[in-house]
Amino acid sequence: MLTDSDLQAIWLTVKLASIVTAILLLVGTPIAWWLARTRSPWKGPIGAVVALPLVLPPSVLGFYLLLAMGPDGPLGHLTRALGVGPLPFTFWGLVLASVCYSMPFMVQPVQNAFEAMGERPLEVAATLRASPLDAFFSVALPLALPGFLTAGILTFAHTVGEFGVVLMIGGNLPGITRVASVQIYDHVEALEYAQAHRLAAVMLAFSFFVLLAVYAWRPNAKRS
Amino acid sequence: MDTGNIRVRFHLGWPGFTLDVDLALPGRGVTALFGPSGSGKTTLLRCIAGLERARSGFFSFQGDIWQDGKTWLPTYQRPLGYVFQEASLFPHLSVLGNLRYGRQRSAAGQRLSLDHAVGLLGIGHLLDRKPERLSGGERQRVGIARALAVNPRLLLMDEPLAALDLKRKQEILPYLERLRDELDIPVLYVSHSPDEVARLADHLVVLEDGRVLANGPLGATLARLDLPIRLGEEAGVVLDAVVAERDAAWHLARVDFPGGSLWTRDQGLAAGCRVRVRVLARDVSLATQRQEHTSILNLLPGCVDAIADDDHPGLALVRVRIGASVLVARLTKRSSVALGLVPGLALWVQVKSVALIE
Repeated sequence: MLTDSDLQAIWLTVKLASIVTAILLLVGTPIAWWLARTRSPWKGPIGAVVALPLVLPPSVLGFYLLLAMGPDGPLGHLTRALGVGPLPFTFWGLVLASVCYSMPFMVQPVQNAFEAMGERPLEVAATLRASPLDAFFSVALPLALPGFLTAGILTFAHTVGEFGVVLMIGGNLPGITRVASVQIYDHVEALEYAQAHRLAAVMLAFSFFVLLAVYAWRPNAKRS
Repeated sequence: MDTGNIRVRFHLGWPGFTLDVDLALPGRGVTALFGPSGSGKTTLLRCIAGLERARSGFFSFQGDIWQDGKTWLPTYQRPLGYVFQEASLFPHLSVLGNLRYGRQRSAAGQRLSLDHAVGLLGIGHLLDRKPERLSGGERQRVGIARALAVNPRLLLMDEPLAALDLKRKQEILPYLERLRDELDIPVLYVSHSPDEVARLADHLVVLEDGRVLANGPLGATLARLDLPIRLGEEAGVVLDAVVAERDAAWHLARVDFPGGSLWTRDQGLAAGCRVRVRVLARDVSLATQRQEHTSILNLLPGCVDAIADDDHPGLALVRVRIGASVLVARLTKRSSVALGLVPGLALWVQVKSVALIE
């Protein structure tokens, strides 16, 4: 059976992934909207920065985030000025790092959905008296819903699966930053293969069913 | 006709295209914006809707300024209805949801009830359907009803039939004619089809390369010979007429227009019906003497008004005055010279075929 510390790690993982997904829905959507519709020369650079975590080794990303959050980093200065403690080796530091790390998994599907939709539905909405904000909520969001579902699932799953960034930013504190992937690593290091097997099996099953959900679920996109 | 109710002035430049128009348009009836593709008619319509923003422009509608140097009303604040070339229905809403979308967002004081719009377009049986389960013609009818449901003061239509096949076009045209006859809102109708223009328009604006070539009442504008309106085989005039008599024995009907009358196939229209008669230049021939032994029923006395070159170097267009109306004939220059046609010459006009437009 799973031990209490395993369950604690799973719970922590689910909590982290849920919070990160929620934050990215709020933060990633405007970024995706902007990237999908802007003609600014900044589109390329911003898009590249958002996509960086796809190719960067997690340890590199974690390293820079650790520096930024540290006492001498810009984020460290900010958190001190705000009166909250340093972020490294805390749950919220982990949240912030995960938000950066999982950003492309939210932004890109949503951006694709907005781009596929094109300008026309928004123009139609404008001729039907909808203000741009109104049109965003009443037309763009419903039409991009399949993209949001894909993005949400991928973001959640990707956050569950992260390891390198967690080690760099969060370390291995039970109940605070010890998520399931780190817990498995600990089991293996301690040669507790049976424990590692059980938790790994849970992760494997979870990942498979998430991907199954994404691939099996096809939006019935037909002619409009 | 009251021109000046709608004032349009736009200047817009893109690489390879410039739109430069200055127009006064009537505040009632259907105004066709006609021209080949690339002539800027859709861009002009989009500028009027505020979907495109012309760098320098002026637009006023019945005294309200929608755009000038200082003002620029965003599209959603302009009291217009817009019908796109593809119906562009919202796929996530039912037909009724599409109709209600704009209606819920438009000001009260509704002149046209939703039922009326639904009835006009004959879509009552489709209200619960999703757009994906409609045919192309049905979708466009819903698109038109949706534009009407916001109680527009001005209706803009961007080639609403262009994406449809001939059969669907024939299905929708009667609805458009009903709109024209039953609603008193001005319509700006973009089209590249002479047939649609002849059937629907009261006023005609001809665009080419982003410029206005002509702007005037339909009949007078079609009868102009100086216009390089590239109508080709479709060159001709439209007359306003009334069904005067039906000959049951021969299945013919006589329509009277100011200055004469024409026999045509009886299409079942009752005497007294107002109709449009389209007479193509290729169906009109001229003779200096009355022809006795001919199959052509319609022989009208007329008088040459003007002669001009047609597109083809061997052809000429001749405008002939018949009472208060004019017809245009296409003939070879050789015939024109052989008959000695000059302005003022009295002659006989033979009309082989006439299209009745309800």
